[in-house]
Amino acid sequence: MSATEIRAPAPAAGSRLWPRLLHHGRELGTFAGLIGLSIALWIATPHFLTASNLVNVVEQSTIIGIIAVGMTFVILTGGIDLSVGSLVALSGIAFGSAVQAHAPLAVAILVGLCAGLACGVVNGLLIAFGRLPPFIATLGMMSVARGLALIISDGRPISGFSPAFRGMATGDLLGVPAPVILMVLLYAAAHFILTRTVLGRYTYAIGGNEEATALSGVNVSAYKIVVYAIAGLLSAVTALLLAARLDSAQPIAGINYELDAIAAVVIGGASLLGGSGSVVGTLIGALIMSVLRNGLNLLGVSSYVQQIAIGAVIIVAVLVDMALRRRAPFPRGTSA
Amino acid sequence: MRGIRKAFPGVLALDGVDFDVDEGEVHVLLGENGAGKSTLMKILSGAHRRDGGTIQVNQREIDISSPRAAREAGIAIIYQELTLVPQLAADENIHLGREPTRGPGIVDRAGMRSRTRALLDMLGATFDVATPVGQLSIAEQQLVEIAKALSLDARILVMDEPTSALTERETHALFTVIRRLTAKGVAIVYISHRMDEIFEIGDRVTVLRDGRHIATLDVRSADRRELVRLMADREVDEQVPKSMVPRGTELLRVQGLSRRGVLHDISLSIHAGEIVGVAGLLGAGRTEIARAIFGLDRSDAGELYVRGRRRRIRSPRDAIRARIGFVTEDRKGQGLVLGRSVRDNIALPVLPLLQRFGYVRRRAEHALTDRLVRELRIHTPSAEQLAINLSGGNQQKIVLAKWIACNSDILILDEPTRGIDVGAKQEIYALLGALAARGVGILLISSELPEIVGLSDRVLVVRGGRIAGEFARADATQERVLACAVGA
Repeated sequence: MSATEIRAPAPAAGSRLWPRLLHHGRELGTFAGLIGLSIALWIATPHFLTASNLVNVVEQSTIIGIIAVGMTFVILTGGIDLSVGSLVALSGIAFGSAVQAHAPLAVAILVGLCAGLACGVVNGLLIAFGRLPPFIATLGMMSVARGLALIISDGRPISGFSPAFRGMATGDLLGVPAPVILMVLLYAAAHFILTRTVLGRYTYAIGGNEEATALSGVNVSAYKIVVYAIAGLLSAVTALLLAARLDSAQPIAGINYELDAIAAVVIGGASLLGGSGSVVGTLIGALIMSVLRNGLNLLGVSSYVQQIAIGAVIIVAVLVDMALRRRAPFPRGTSA
Repeated sequence: MRGIRKAFPGVLALDGVDFDVDEGEVHVLLGENGAGKSTLMKILSGAHRRDGGTIQVNQREIDISSPRAAREAGIAIIYQELTLVPQLAADENIHLGREPTRGPGIVDRAGMRSRTRALLDMLGATFDVATPVGQLSIAEQQLVEIAKALSLDARILVMDEPTSALTERETHALFTVIRRLTAKGVAIVYISHRMDEIFEIGDRVTVLRDGRHIATLDVRSADRRELVRLMADREVDEQVPKSMVPRGTELLRVQGLSRRGVLHDISLSIHAGEIVGVAGLLGAGRTEIARAIFGLDRSDAGELYVRGRRRRIRSPRDAIRARIGFVTEDRKGQGLVLGRSVRDNIALPVLPLLQRFGYVRRRAEHALTDRLVRELRIHTPSAEQLAINLSGGNQQKIVLAKWIACNSDILILDEPTRGIDVGAKQEIYALLGALAARGVGILLISSELPEIVGLSDRVLVVRGGRIAGEFARADATQERVLACAVGA
């Protein structure tokens, strides 16, 4: 009896904290996975937990991390985008060609971004109005964009960019690398969009129940196009980052990036059926992949074995997620 | 079948029903939508388990625990929605899952074809057994289903409204097939609403109402009016409140709405404060009227006037802009995003009004959604609760809240109380009354006659895609409405 008396005032604080924590249960689980992995690597190798290595890990994650932001939007609507890797190549080559044509840097950047954006819009049009399954539309775009990149560049890399541009990848602010700052800003913006704006609400609603969303008067087609455009644009941002880092734009860049990005989103707890997930989860998912690669490198594990480890992590992450979901108070529809 | 009982959460679907069918007989099962016919047949075919009662086949008591057990007992059911694989040919469909083989894994296609041919010949069908069934007409597909049942040695064949998608000629051809089958001693359970058919094909008829056995009659000694009375004769639920609201200005007028093969020359009007009931059998075109008004299906002809002005409505967005709301029949599939919160669901159609530069104004959103949760008494621990965790009644209130949030003053409700327990139904009724009192015009589509008769100021009856009758409140009795709906 005394216990209940003591507990009585607690709900005031608890009612705020607990629902919020439970609300983010999925992200917390993924975060616990990241921490656990880091602790294991810290024990296994002294080189892991050094400031320079950690900065390196985060910097390594920016390439897939930024693509995965766009992929999160797409997957939340219940779609998929297989073309992002090829769009990295095409956007980079578009940028490089503009530089070769002596366009001012700002214009060249704009050309690169527009290439990715335009292809994303085409994906969206094919899906929204052509009624193609996203898998098919973006599979086609994956091949077309890669081919365009090879044709425009004649299969050769484009190199020799200005130091100002390369600063985008090599610069830093108070010791934090520029790409990391860019990635953090993009994640913050995406998180804001998904949680606070109409676009975000519709993104979740379309993935949760497209028909109900359309019946609520939402222009589902238009929002799908926007979502694929975002994915295309962020592929282009990644392309510029990659070109700056390597001082080279390559027509064979970005191969398999789509799979890594999907993996980051899925490890982050999003459902491929759409309607659930978050960019916070995706960020953690991208970091897990990066930490794993880094740790295995430090441990001297061969890159062949690394492939197996990453595949296993994806499978285990989703198995755990599904087991938790079944146990959670989320009953399947009660029959009437 | 003796004393069959079946309860679903919130409803007793069957309450001690007796039913029997003899060799070579066509026994018609008659009842309104929701009377329990389908549930009874699903129990017979093993799709549902009974909660009480016994089933005997050939004087031997058996336990039908699964569709397979039903099949072994010689029972086959032919659903309204056919269950064939459209890409496969007739012979492949008939032998699906039990293909005859020649050697390991090698299908004996010739054997399948000749057996299928023999079955179809017996049914008087002439189409090619190798045609993918998707390319056959509905009537032909039905024959494939029947052939499949016969190939499984079915002695009891249940047909659920088999003529609902058939033309008159096909119907007569089907009757010929049924007579051939009964001549061979097959027992037929025939579910139908259509009076004409009952008298043409039936030997006996059993009437169900509200999950209870009402009467079993010899068809020769029954007459139409008596059957309608037996189906409908029910106390009007006194709990259903009658709203007494003065009729206001005309909100919606539909003129000559047509959609080829579905709707023919539908005209109706709804005034402020008025509840217009729409009755009719399943498949009569009630939902199709709602879909056409809401811009979900394109219509071939017809005009819509909203508040006296002609409007073209081509999409749900147009309809919502005209302040029309549509509570669909399929709450979970079309009404709600189940994995999102109560708040997100209510706000979904009004976000354009709650945003500034794309940013959702949270304070306005919370004020609106909290107010509606309170006003509609949506029972939920908080507005952040996921919609999937709420009961059917509360989910339906969320859907209503969406349209109230949009200030819709024309509401179309399709089966708003389906699958909802009695208490929640009362709350929904009270809510509809309150909305009408506030000047909302309501088009209420329902299969529950007491609901239609109890709530409506006027009742429209739809039959075969046409408005077959209109009753003022004083004239709208369940018996009259039902008689009009079945065409008796």
